[in-house]
Formats: sequence, structure tokens, C-alpha cells
Amino acid sequence: MSYTTDHVEVHVCMGTAGVASGGHEVMEALEQEFAKRGLKNAESKERNCAAKQTGCRGLCARDVLIDVYIPGKEPVTYEHVSAEMVPTIVEEHIVGGNVVEKWAAKADYFQFYDKQKRYVLADCGRVDPESLEDYIKLGGYEAIKKALTMTPEQVIDEVKKSGLRGRGGGGFPTGLKWTFCRNSPGDHKYLICNADEGDPGAFMDRSIIEGNPHAVIEGMLIAGYAIGCDEGYIYCRAEYPLAIVRVIKAIKDAEAAGILGDKVFGTDFHFKLKLKEGAGAFVCGEETALIASIEGERGMPRPRPPFPAVKGLWQKPSNVNNVETFANLPGILLNGSEWYANIGTEKSKGTKIFALSGKVKSTGLVEVPMGITVRELIFDVGGGIPKKRKFKAVQLGGPSGGCLTPDHLETPIDYDSLIAAGAMMGSGGVVVMDETNCMVNVAHFFLTFTQRESCGKCIPCRIGTKTMLDILTRIITGQGREEDIDLLLEVGNDIKTASLCGLGQTAPNPVLTTVKYFRHEYEAHIRDKKCPARECAELIEFVVVDDRCKKCGICKKACPVDAITWEKGTVAYIDKSKCVKCRECIVNCPFNAID
Amino acid sequence: MATEVKETESAGKEIDFTACDEICEKYKDWKGATIPVLQQVQEAYGYLFSEIVERIADNLNMSAHQIYGVITFYAQFYTKPRGKYVIRVCRGTACHVQGSGRISEVVCEEFGIKNGETSADLKFTLEEVSCIGACGMAPVIMINNKTYGNLKPEEARKIFRDYAELQG
Repeated sequence: MSYTTDHVEVHVCMGTAGVASGGHEVMEALEQEFAKRGLKNAESKERNCAAKQTGCRGLCARDVLIDVYIPGKEPVTYEHVSAEMVPTIVEEHIVGGNVVEKWAAKADYFQFYDKQKRYVLADCGRVDPESLEDYIKLGGYEAIKKALTMTPEQVIDEVKKSGLRGRGGGGFPTGLKWTFCRNSPGDHKYLICNADEGDPGAFMDRSIIEGNPHAVIEGMLIAGYAIGCDEGYIYCRAEYPLAIVRVIKAIKDAEAAGILGDKVFGTDFHFKLKLKEGAGAFVCGEETALIASIEGERGMPRPRPPFPAVKGLWQKPSNVNNVETFANLPGILLNGSEWYANIGTEKSKGTKIFALSGKVKSTGLVEVPMGITVRELIFDVGGGIPKKRKFKAVQLGGPSGGCLTPDHLETPIDYDSLIAAGAMMGSGGVVVMDETNCMVNVAHFFLTFTQRESCGKCIPCRIGTKTMLDILTRIITGQGREEDIDLLLEVGNDIKTASLCGLGQTAPNPVLTTVKYFRHEYEAHIRDKKCPARECAELIEFVVVDDRCKKCGICKKACPVDAITWEKGTVAYIDKSKCVKCRECIVNCPFNAID
Repeated sequence: MATEVKETESAGKEIDFTACDEICEKYKDWKGATIPVLQQVQEAYGYLFSEIVERIADNLNMSAHQIYGVITFYAQFYTKPRGKYVIRVCRGTACHVQGSGRISEVVCEEFGIKNGETSADLKFTLEEVSCIGACGMAPVIMINNKTYGNLKPEEARKIFRDYAELQG
């Protein structure tokens, strides 16, 4: 951490998770405490304290996180901070000079950051996302100024040499994509930022926009200049209210400062930027559907060609990139393509942000160099699986991706290795599953999602996902038939081949990979009418197994409907007439004693 | 307990179209104005009942069926009235593996509403959403704009009961 200040500064995490955990209350408590103790004195270095809201620093599981910066001293991070803890921290640490050790982050907190390389996220957690001045103070908008001294071709060349590939999922080389649009004839071209982050399990785009909106705007300015666009849109999903508020403010501030609009930084480059709010449709993450949605239509994908680079928004040449792609650009321009190309692997350059969630100790947002292994990501960065359970699988790339098993732990994470292993980078969602997660149930979950989100335009996707979902529903409720697995594979491969857009072409992936790696679980559901992970409620008997029960009574406390009888020293008993099959007993039993 | 389908607002009373007309006027020169207009009209009137849709269609010089095409495509447009408190249960992957399905069931147990339904007293609406993007604190719900994370089913029940006791 190289951030320095000339006064005492306390950074409070105010991303979505920070706010939900009480970030506002902590900010308020700090302000009150500073005022009460006369610590808002601009004349004195030691007695000039400020509380600053910042974006997500990654480890959402430990929010509210605060960093205390005192000039000349190492910054200190506190975790799980509540408003009640603030007076003590101010009294002992800021006034008294003694760190409150019991609340300070320990080695396990820093382990989360050890293998990370935070470039794109570097300023998330330091910069005040609602302050243009703060962004500029930390070196913001220097990259676009530098780009404006180059020719557009030189900028594209620099991005090509960096090896940057699209972070939205496809991994298409960014510089090459720009060339298509730049070379497309037309005097009016559009630049679109895809912030319709619909993949369940991914939230890097939200965190970047919430934590550092000006970085995205700067990236768009660079791209707009290089391609020759004079108008841009940020298409943000409506489920992200905080991101929308911050981006609107950032656009307004940048316009007032002459950074957006006519004559960017006094040059002949004009760039107008607008925010478009989505209305809740996953398929709009697909670029042609997104364009239809900006035009005010039903967000249905259009056949390609023509590609957006030729005929996009309102029939004009358009270029669509993802939030994270744009956020990579200022660093590339400032530090040079060579610097960037030195990070990562031969074909996947730079860093990638992953949203680590599910059954892993440190859930949150991580930025790691491409090429890190699955094991390092889950066990070193994520801290492994909680509750001493076993790692079973990891779903990479959301509903379009696939799962990997313990056999794949040494797989390097880059675009090509993941595809070879049957998963994909996707947008970067990493959902970890342990032995209590049923893979058939997970496949059913994803198909429920894609079936619901299928726009209905093309038949393979519309009817095919419904057919697959019906089969999966049958299997998890004990009605599965012997031929169902083969049928799933057949229908799945047909959907992949025949669908119009990426949604359909990838929808069967979670089913195909779980069948490939966990076929025995499907067979157990179909043949033995059993769910080995005990997640599918219809296939659980809800009986206590005598020799596994340690007579602890935890299940009785967990049961919300009082269906369990237990007394000290006796094996618990589940009354099936009262049981609502909610699985609370199974989830809470430390000894796996309920079948 | 869920409400009957109620897609018209008039039932004998006058509807004040002023806000709707103002919003349409603001966007009349915009390209692709349909979605922002619908979003703002919905914000002003609560939901998109048939009379208001007709009015928007007239104002934007479109046919009502085009507007309905857009409304029914997107998850966040509503043609029925909504509860005072909208409970959004995240059904994203991370929340799913942490047991969010059970939280929806608790809402149903408490208020008798399923996904997309509103309680008869117009107090609660249950909405299962695909991902709130707060996977680090799964399972997550939102009640109106407030986010609650790391929930256990019984904690969620307590939160719902607290809201149920709020007056008005």
C-alpha cells in the first residue's frame, strides 16, 4: 500500500456489502467522534482527521472494513467494524497512538491479498468514488491526456501489443475489435460499455463502477478516441442502484470539468456519454440484444453478420466492451504495453478479477495475474473450504461455464486452459461447492435460470432449455428414467449447435460438464432414488442414523417446526408428520447423521 | 392470499395523467425513449396499468402492443400493483449454494405469497431475482433498497416479522 496522506484519513468501505453491513453508521460515528474531540482542525496535522468513503476492497465477508492512515505510520486495517467500536478506535489508536489489536486485521486477512496483483482494483478502496478531485489527485485522467498526444492508430497499436482480451467472457482481442469499428465507414460511431452484469455469481463490474467510476469513463474516453466514436453509452443493469447513482454523478462532474462533451481537454476530440439503465433481462448482456435494448426494443439478439462494428446501434458502427476491459485501459496507456504484456501467460495477458463466492472462507473480489492455478485461487487466496468440509467442485463462468473437480486443481486460469478443461473464463464468477452441494441440483439451478432468461426468439434455445429443465426436474424429484442422461446430452449438444446467440450456445454447459464429471450422482438419483449430497429434499428420508448420531441436540434447536424430539443422552427422532423437509437439521448436524 | 389480477386502475375514479404526460414530453425527442419513459412512469404510478400504457402509446406515437411487447420482455416492469415492501430474494448461484431457496419458502410461510405475488393487504411482494451482486455475503435479500446478508432462515423470518409490525 503506497497511499499516503498529509492528515489522518480513515477509509470506510461503502460498496454494496459495506453499506449493507453498516458502512453509513460507521461513517457517521467517525464524523461525530472527530467533531466531539475537536479533531477536525485543519491547522494541525495530528488533529485533522477525515472519514472518507471508498469502494470495495474485496473481502466483503469481513465488512465493514476500515483503513486508518496516519502520516508517517503504516496503515492499519480493522475488520467487522461497527459504529459502537468507533469511539475506542479513535480514542486508543488515532488519539493515543496504540493500535486496537483485538480488532485489527490479522495474518489471515493479508493472506487474501498475498497472491493478488491489484492493478485494476488498485484504487478501489482508496479513492472516493464520488469525488472527481480525489480521482485526479491519485493520477486520474493522465492516461487519456497521454493518449490524446498520440494518434488513434498508435493507441490501438499499444492496446494490441498489450495483448488485452475482452473481459466480458469471450476473450476476443480488444485492439483487433477496435480496428474493425475504426475501419468501418461512417461519420458517427458509438461506443458502448456493457455493465449488464447478469451472470449470477459475478459482481466485479458492479464493484468497479461503485468503487472507481471515473476509471471506466477514462477507459471509454481512450477507446472512443482510438476508434473515432463521438458518443457513448454505459448500459448498467437496474439491479445495481448504487452503481447507477455513482456513474451519473461521475458523468456530470466530468462534463462540468471539460473532460466529457465538446473538446475533451481542449482538443478536437468530442465525446458525449450517457447512462442507460437496464430493465431486468439477462440476455441483454449479449451485445446485439443490448443494442436492441438501448434502442428501446425488446432486448432480443440479432443475427450476426452484420456485426455491430459494421451495423450496430441505430445502424451505425458500434463497439461494445465490458466494464473491466475499459478499466484496464488507463494502466496500459500509462505504464505501456510492455509492462502489461509481462503480466499473465503467453496468450492471456494482464490480471483478471474474479468474484469468489460459495463455500470458501474468504468470499469477495480478487484480482490475480492470469495463469494462477485453481488451487491457488481457492485455497491460498480464498483460504479453502469452511467447516472442515471437502472441496467438491468449482463453477467457473456462471450459467455459460462449467464445473471443474478436485482433479483440475492444478489447471492454470487463462482463457484457453479453461476452455480445454470444459469450463470458461466467462465474466469471472467463481462459485465453490463442497460435499453438501448436489451437482444435479446445481445443474437444475442453472437451467432454471437460462430457461427463464431465454428470450424465446430461436427455437432450439426456447424449447430445448425447457426440455432439459423438465428432465432435470424429473431427476431431482425421483422420477428420473434410465435414458434421461443420454437424452440430456443429446438435447444439450443440439442446443449448443443450433442456437442464435451466446445464451443458447452455452446454456447446456453446466449440465454437460456435471454429467461428464459427476455422472455417478445422476445415476444415484435415477437408479437408487438417492441424493448423495442430501440436497434434493424429495430424495431424503429424514431419519436419524443411530450410530452416527452423537446425541448433541443441535438438530432439535435448528428445527423451525419442532418436529424433532431429543433429550440429553438420547438419539434424536424426527416426526415425519410435522417435518416440512426444510433441511435445517441436515445443514446444522456436524456429524452427517441424518439420511 | 395473493391479490386477484388487477391491471386497470380506473374502476370509476379519475386518473391524473399529468406526471405521465410530463415524462413523455421530456423524452419526446429522444431516440429509444421507451424504456426510460416506462421506468419513470412506473416510478411515479407504482405499476403500469392498462390506461397508463394506452396513454404512453398515444404520447410516444406508438401502438399499445409495441409497448406491451417491451413491458413483458423485461423483468422489472409490472402490470399489477406491488406491495409497500418488496422483498427481493437473491437466487444467484452463490446464494443458491448457501441455501437461499429456503428463504423464499420462509416468505411464503409468513405471508402466503410466492414469487411474483403480492399479499392481499398490499404490504409485501416477493420477487426472486437472479443476482443482486453481493455474492460475498450470500445468502442475500433486499427489502426495498436495504440489503441484508449472511442470513439464516430464522433470522430472515425475524426481519420479515419486524417489517410486518411496522405501521402503515
